[in-house]
Amino acid sequence: MIGAAAQVVLIGVGSPFLVGLMRQVRARLEGRAGAGIAQPMRDLRKLLRKEPIAPHGTGWPFRAAPLVLAATALVVAAVGPFATTDSPLDPAADLFAVTALLALGTVALALGGLDTGTAFGGMGASREMTVMALVEPTILLAAFALSIRVGSTNLGQIAASVAEDPLSVISPVSLLAAVALIIVTMAETGRIPVDNPSTHLELTMIHEAMVLEYAGPDLALIEWASAMRLTVLLGLFAGLFTPWGITLALPLALAVFAVKVAVLGALLAAAEVFMAKLRLFRVPELLAGSFLLALLAVAASFFLERA
Amino acid sequence: MSDVHVQLLDLACGAFLLTGVLILWRSELAKIVTLFALQGVALAALIAVLGAHEGSAELLAVAAGIGALRAGVLPSLLRRALAASGERRETKPIVNVAASLVAAAVLALLAYAVCQPVIRLAPTPATQAAPAAMTVIFLGFFVLATRRRALSQVVGFLLIDNGITAMAFLTAGGLSPVVEIGVSLDVLLAVLVLQVLTTRMRAAFGGTDLDELRELRD
Repeated sequence: MIGAAAQVVLIGVGSPFLVGLMRQVRARLEGRAGAGIAQPMRDLRKLLRKEPIAPHGTGWPFRAAPLVLAATALVVAAVGPFATTDSPLDPAADLFAVTALLALGTVALALGGLDTGTAFGGMGASREMTVMALVEPTILLAAFALSIRVGSTNLGQIAASVAEDPLSVISPVSLLAAVALIIVTMAETGRIPVDNPSTHLELTMIHEAMVLEYAGPDLALIEWASAMRLTVLLGLFAGLFTPWGITLALPLALAVFAVKVAVLGALLAAAEVFMAKLRLFRVPELLAGSFLLALLAVAASFFLERA
Repeated sequence: MSDVHVQLLDLACGAFLLTGVLILWRSELAKIVTLFALQGVALAALIAVLGAHEGSAELLAVAAGIGALRAGVLPSLLRRALAASGERRETKPIVNVAASLVAAAVLALLAYAVCQPVIRLAPTPATQAAPAAMTVIFLGFFVLATRRRALSQVVGFLLIDNGITAMAFLTAGGLSPVVEIGVSLDVLLAVLVLQVLTTRMRAAFGGTDLDELRELRD
């Protein structure tokens, strides 16, 4: 119980700093000074002080979307195997449930984007749905491949079994699933080969197009929830493939988790510097590739792993 | 087979399969050749693991020979052909990349299905990895059937050969070294002939797009 609460607090407070860290790594690698890792936190504080404004003609989907997005991210933060494997919501710590929660947040935001009735909102929503339709099967298949060895789709059990036998990660199944999950993590969080989080160019933006009409506290909520989703997805990756330290005492496990996610985030940001954004029409190609890798992971778990 | 051997064997098979899939995925010809060289390394590692397990110096020597040929000689020949042709990308495959990746998924499942009787004959860890080799054979056929550039077709042909070699070692513990050397020399010769042919094609038509070669010319 305490563990789950500590996870939520750490992810809630730490996620803006993770975003700041990633921006700082990019800035340094590109030869800029950067704004410091606390800048996203300052941005959130600034946005929260502004008065809430909603465009004319928008209804409840527009107002509910940020709340749903933040709520789903918080629930996933509570149930995931980040610093402890015994979550109070153990039956909900299921890979399928977590995937569904993340998808619920995305759909809510897409509905919010559609509700504004602007051209950009609809365009962003349609693109986000296209990407999501390709991402979800990959996440499910990769998760399925990992769960076959353990015989359960419970996240805590998968992480615990890998923590007991760290060498089991070095198998074709885990490697293929890991590559597939890296690609879908980048797509799901709107990072560079799929979407560019720092541009508002109408030809390319996906996530930014949906949230264009939000302002003030609502925008703050969305930014915070997006940061949490990024943290949670990186945390899930760390928890499923490198769950070292998850069995330690709680304060230590939290510190190990923070370090792992920071390292993963820095690596992701560094890799982004060397990549160009894909054309929108080539995104399905990338995601089809990751889907194939996930499928091969499932197939390999049948023909290589012996019961 | 000890656990370490099984794990290393599985890892080599996974790398072998992954490079095959990536060859289908990438469209830059230079990347395809690099991936093909990596697949040669994976194949040599696979044979070396089998050899180390059986403690046979013969297999280790075959592994070294295959590694030198598949990861060294053939890729360097392909690179030279590539540099001479000046072509950079597989521009218009007959089946687009996304569809061919889905087809690869179907082929992997098909390979798994058709390998079941073979695995039932002798269920050892090595034979259980046979579907990976079978998948690479199918992928080779697929590349041969759907790619237009002469160089991708050569790579497709070599993929089939890699797959057959892996299949032989996984299911039958390999052929006798004489046969293996003979086959390897054949492959080398075939690639040399294809390289000469590609150069001639380029000299005659200014490109190696096979669709332009449907009719006879003077």
